[in-house]
Amino acid sequence: MIKKYLNKLGPFFALFLVYIFFVILNSKITSFAALETMVQQSVIVGIAAIGMTLVIISGGIDLSAGSIIAFASVVVAALMQFLGWPPYLAAIGGILSGALWGMMNGLLISRFKLVPFIVTLGSLLVVRGFAKGIAKSMPINVEPSWMSDLLASLPVGQKWMLFPPGAWIMIVLAILIAGMLKYMRIGRHIVAIGSNEETARLCGIAVEKVKVIVYSLAGAFAGLAGLMMMSYQEQGDPTGAVGLELDVIAAVVIGGGSLSGGEGSVLGSLIGAMIMTVIRTGSQLNGWPTWVTQVVTGIVIVIAVAVDRYRHMKTVQAG
Amino acid sequence: MAEVSSGNSKSVTPRFSMSGICKTFGATTALDNVGFEVFPGEVHALVGENGAGKSTLMKILSGAIKADKGEMFIDGLSFKPSNPLDARRYGIGMIYQELSLVLHLTVEENIFLGVEPLKFGLLNRDEIHKRSKKAINIFNHPEIMPNTRVADLSIGARQLVEIGRALAAGVKILIFDEPTSSLSQHDAERLFELIGRLKKQNIAIVYISHFLEEINRISDRITILRDGKSVSTNKVSDVNEDDIIKMMIGRDVEDIYVRSTRKRGELLLKTENIKGELNPESASIELYRGEILGIFGLVGAGRTEFLRILFGLDEIKSGTIRIKSYSGYGLPVARWKQGIGYVSENRKEEGLALDMNIADNITLSKYENFGHFGMILKKNQYSAVEDMIKYFDIRCSGPGQSIKDLSGGNQQKAALSRLLYHDVDILLLDEPTRGIDVGSKTKIYHILDNLVSGNNPKGIILISSYLPELLGICDRIAVMSQGKLSDSMEVSNTDEHKIMQLAIG
Repeated sequence: MIKKYLNKLGPFFALFLVYIFFVILNSKITSFAALETMVQQSVIVGIAAIGMTLVIISGGIDLSAGSIIAFASVVVAALMQFLGWPPYLAAIGGILSGALWGMMNGLLISRFKLVPFIVTLGSLLVVRGFAKGIAKSMPINVEPSWMSDLLASLPVGQKWMLFPPGAWIMIVLAILIAGMLKYMRIGRHIVAIGSNEETARLCGIAVEKVKVIVYSLAGAFAGLAGLMMMSYQEQGDPTGAVGLELDVIAAVVIGGGSLSGGEGSVLGSLIGAMIMTVIRTGSQLNGWPTWVTQVVTGIVIVIAVAVDRYRHMKTVQAG
Repeated sequence: MAEVSSGNSKSVTPRFSMSGICKTFGATTALDNVGFEVFPGEVHALVGENGAGKSTLMKILSGAIKADKGEMFIDGLSFKPSNPLDARRYGIGMIYQELSLVLHLTVEENIFLGVEPLKFGLLNRDEIHKRSKKAINIFNHPEIMPNTRVADLSIGARQLVEIGRALAAGVKILIFDEPTSSLSQHDAERLFELIGRLKKQNIAIVYISHFLEEINRISDRITILRDGKSVSTNKVSDVNEDDIIKMMIGRDVEDIYVRSTRKRGELLLKTENIKGELNPESASIELYRGEILGIFGLVGAGRTEFLRILFGLDEIKSGTIRIKSYSGYGLPVARWKQGIGYVSENRKEEGLALDMNIADNITLSKYENFGHFGMILKKNQYSAVEDMIKYFDIRCSGPGQSIKDLSGGNQQKAALSRLLYHDVDILLLDEPTRGIDVGSKTKIYHILDNLVSGNNPKGIILISSYLPELLGICDRIAVMSQGKLSDSMEVSNTDEHKIMQLAIG
């Protein structure tokens, strides 16, 4: 029993180790400003990672996440600037646009029995192309509104909130999705499909429908992440978030997700996102060049996964 | 419904019956006017060679495919399942050969997968817990708790969970498809005992198996399928094993095991006191050209490890190996070159590359001479393989067919033909006939006999847990018991009793 909880705490422990490492190097990382920056920077990857967790648990992968993030940021900005929509409607439009792309991924994967890697590799290019087309390859700047505050530093009077609203949105959604995975039928079905698709089908689970839902949700979360990015940069950037899908996938995998499906946790993925932010922020505070940051991040990803597999070999002898 | 024993079961409505079932796939007739019924509390065995139509019949019964013609009834009411879930609702429960559980979920989650009870849109965990606990109570198995992850269970326990799933769904007809093929002796016993208890609950049981001893022991009646037709239905007590085999393959039993005149040639392989990591502790053998040396032993006695050491798959601790003019330990690459081939007992995971086609599987160890510059020209590869397919009588559409689509028996023939294609002198065979149909077995026995007789005889080491087979085709038999290999005995000087004593002692 204790062992089981220790296993669940694994990613926490890793985050702690990485953090302590940077605290020893440079105590500036414990300052409130540094903590705030880290939370802000984790939110975009973190929100997208919630959706990616579902995809990876179901045994799939979504390479189009980065492109959808950029597309959604462009859509939100364009709706506000070109069509004059109020921010909240534009926000909903952005999230829906992401969900639609996700749904397209899901339909292609389930209806035509295509491999998720290939389908989303294709949509990575298609979605990015459309984002550039809509924005004419230029960032779309937006007027400041309440939306700009989603990830902004909290004004002095609101420090009691601890984190900016965007972070709270992420936390609430993470709790909801974690609950869905554990306590709702669809959640268990997602795990079943990732673990053994044939069995799932045999038990009467509508495998195709569940997959479409999973990819649509992943698209919606990427859309929301795009909204956050738009809010943070105050512009919709069609060339932003290039390669961000890899950060997102890394976050899920560091957090215990298995690319062969059946395993992964929302909480773990968020911690995975935090670990990568800590490394990035810590390196910056120490004045390390970018290349060092990249090398360190890469090494941490591989170590995290290796440790996770090792633990698995000991606890689970899946036949 | 009153308690009915199989003896007077004719007086009640069958729990399940089918009649006039026909099914064709393209030009091949899989089922031709098949009929059979099972009564409440009866175990009805269904046997037949692979390809006789058993699996098609089961697929129709479980709603996976539809029959072209014919009718099915449950408790006298027409039964036309539109899909597997539908069949499950009617009370059909399938226990598959390849267990169909989701390893990442817990026992209770597996039991209710697809039919989860809800409360306010959320899973009703209390109900799931309560009902699955009730369903698994009957097993009385210490390992199985509702909250255990299935991945943490042994194979035997997993199968019980699968049965639990059927019971929780209120199953009326339980179908077992080769349930013991992956079970230990102990788990198999447990299963037989459970089947006895399920009978008492008036569940109708259809039992498919290749193991006639099992069928004799637990079933009431037996229906034999051959070439898509139901050949006969008898009370088990009215027929003996020989009759059954005769009806299954349509020829006499004496023809199964063959032993032509064999002439012992030079020494091919000699080992002295081989000791492995854990097993074996000590194994010494001599293998000559023109003979089959059988190794008998219980599972876990160290037989497989011994062969794996010879073939360089497991590490050797001490002892000497001499193979023809080579001596010493060698890795598989070297062993192939020295003319040794190995067929693993684990056909699906080790023996074959399931995603590749027949031609690739047969030529995998020797991708040579199919074209210049190491190219593999399909034309050359296929024509080389076609001889093998003919020789082994592998039932397939051609060398390009995926090995996955073949029946177990035909897969095994392909695994064996790799050694023949490579033209090895020494064949190391680990349970080459396990879980395959009688027809394929007979074919394999004939081919093995051919290999050790004739002009250029080979030497074969054959591991088996099935004594009649070893006594039927081997020249000498050695027994592995707790890691120690006995001296070999001439088959003519020994019998089942002596061998069994050595194995257990």
